[in-house]
Amino acid sequence: MIDSAVVINEENTAEVRPDEVITLSRELKDEGFRFVTMSSAELEESICVLYHFDKDLELRNLKVDVPKGSKIGSIASVYSCAFLVENEIKEHFGVEFDGIPLDFQGMLYSDEEVQKTPFCNIGIKRV
Amino acid sequence: MFMTKTILKNLLTKYATRLYPFQKRETFAHSRGELKIDMEKCILCGVCQMRCPSQCIKVDKQAKTWEVDPFSCVYCGVCVEACPVKCLYQEKLYRAAVAEKDMVMHVQQPKETAEPAAT
Amino acid sequence: MAKTVLPFGPQHPVLPEPLHLTLTIEDEIVKEAIPKLGYVHRGLEKLAEIRDHNQMIYIVERVCGICSCLHALCYCQGIESLMGLEVPSRAKYLRTIWSEMHRIHSHLLWLGLFADAFGFESLFMQFWRIRERVMDLQEETAGNRVILSVNQVGGVRRDISAESAQWILDTLKTVEKETLQLKSTILDDYTVKLRTVGKGVLTKEKAYELGAAGPTLRASGIAQDMRQTGYAAYSELDFAPVVETDGDCYARTTVRFNEIFQAIDLIRQAFSKLPEGELAVKPKGLPTGEVVSRVEQPRGECLYYIRGAGKKFLERVRIRTPTFANIPPLLDMLPGCDLADVPVLILTIDPCISCTER
Repeated sequence: MIDSAVVINEENTAEVRPDEVITLSRELKDEGFRFVTMSSAELEESICVLYHFDKDLELRNLKVDVPKGSKIGSIASVYSCAFLVENEIKEHFGVEFDGIPLDFQGMLYSDEEVQKTPFCNIGIKRV
Repeated sequence: MFMTKTILKNLLTKYATRLYPFQKRETFAHSRGELKIDMEKCILCGVCQMRCPSQCIKVDKQAKTWEVDPFSCVYCGVCVEACPVKCLYQEKLYRAAVAEKDMVMHVQQPKETAEPAAT
Repeated sequence: MAKTVLPFGPQHPVLPEPLHLTLTIEDEIVKEAIPKLGYVHRGLEKLAEIRDHNQMIYIVERVCGICSCLHALCYCQGIESLMGLEVPSRAKYLRTIWSEMHRIHSHLLWLGLFADAFGFESLFMQFWRIRERVMDLQEETAGNRVILSVNQVGGVRRDISAESAQWILDTLKTVEKETLQLKSTILDDYTVKLRTVGKGVLTKEKAYELGAAGPTLRASGIAQDMRQTGYAAYSELDFAPVVETDGDCYARTTVRFNEIFQAIDLIRQAFSKLPEGELAVKPKGLPTGEVVSRVEQPRGECLYYIRGAGKKFLERVRIRTPTFANIPPLLDMLPGCDLADVPVLILTIDPCISCTER
């Protein structure tokens, strides 16, 4: 029996550097993993971005700490469906993704007049 | 063709809908409806105010009032279960629609005056 | 032929929810589709900062009207595993029963809307009349018709008595009979087949790669169902995912239609095995740590990421709903189809935009 509520620990989560994400996700894809989604949370100095993958219902995560205001490579070149959630994180947390094929410029949910990222205390979406 | 049987049956059976408001549906015994309070029993502890997910209840200990905004109440029944003296209860029916927004306020009568009268 | 750009939605007769698509069409054939979301974005995740973790149950329930019980279940499951609570087995079975009731009423609602999309208005009424019976079951057992509010951290808030159980089983018999009567109307009809068979094909490989969820995934031949993980009482019940292999609109309809019967069967099994005992355990402590909780909603797999820091308030609740996962597959299906098929095609992923945007 596989747990459906998985507490994140060392076994299922690998902490990686921002520049490793694309290569590691390509490796996971070659192993047959499916991209589920990405989550993010605000930490003190950085944004924690989690990539969730699953294969035969078993969950595997990649955890990346992105310093506030810095860029990270988009994994949309590996899993094309990631563009939507990357746009969401960009809008809510101000994490910039390099090379999203369909970039909403931080306007996936909100309108142009929204200047700040709502889920992140110091983020600024547009200058 | 597939529907012929159903159509014939529908013609011969009674309506699936009711002629509301002339004919009203019976409510179920455990339906969660409008929030009410038995102000006599209330100890003004404020647990309902703390637990309410939509924060629609206001309890004022000094003024001895219990106030609910029926338009933000979500009929979850958390306050009813949390109440230590079980003075809150829910009617079986929803609150009827009204034209204007208003708050429902209950004021507790001072107990001191009621108690000497009984003794 | 010149390209035409056509705005589709957010107000459209067949779409119950505001999804906007910018369609580039050439000769009535869709070439490209670009979505625009944000018409019902409410920022419910942000509310976790000002509502404690018990109040959040009732907030996450309101993410989506149709799968409310399962949102709460998924959230409670996450909090319970953070606190290390073991839910009593009667509560697990009751959760399963309510989940499956939700599945029946959600699929019946969808079948009605789907029939309405073709212009089969009478059929729409027929499905919704059956659905009304399931709504009555929910009101009697849980108190509310749609947003049940029965889950709490550590168990459930309401019990189902033996008389109610008997009444539920009797009503389900009627529901099963009536739904079966409509089977030939929706699945064997010439017009319906003409509009669904071979339309909007999502291949097995594409469905897996694009991360499709729920009936959309299973209609493409992948037997993945979060219920197989055995959350709630599913590990003790006997079922197999409903799978179709064609991946077209017809296959997705068939999967949803057959899942109604599967859900009825699961409720019967659950009642036959329903153990006696406690309804809930008292939660101790505060949620600390990170958890990813997943359940199978009527529309597909739902994921909650919860991060607690040992305080009353959670640091982060992130909700990924099935429709969010099904939008990339939808964008893959649309190019190449007729403009007239677009509404039906969008409807076959069972879009819930309130879910998607939260």
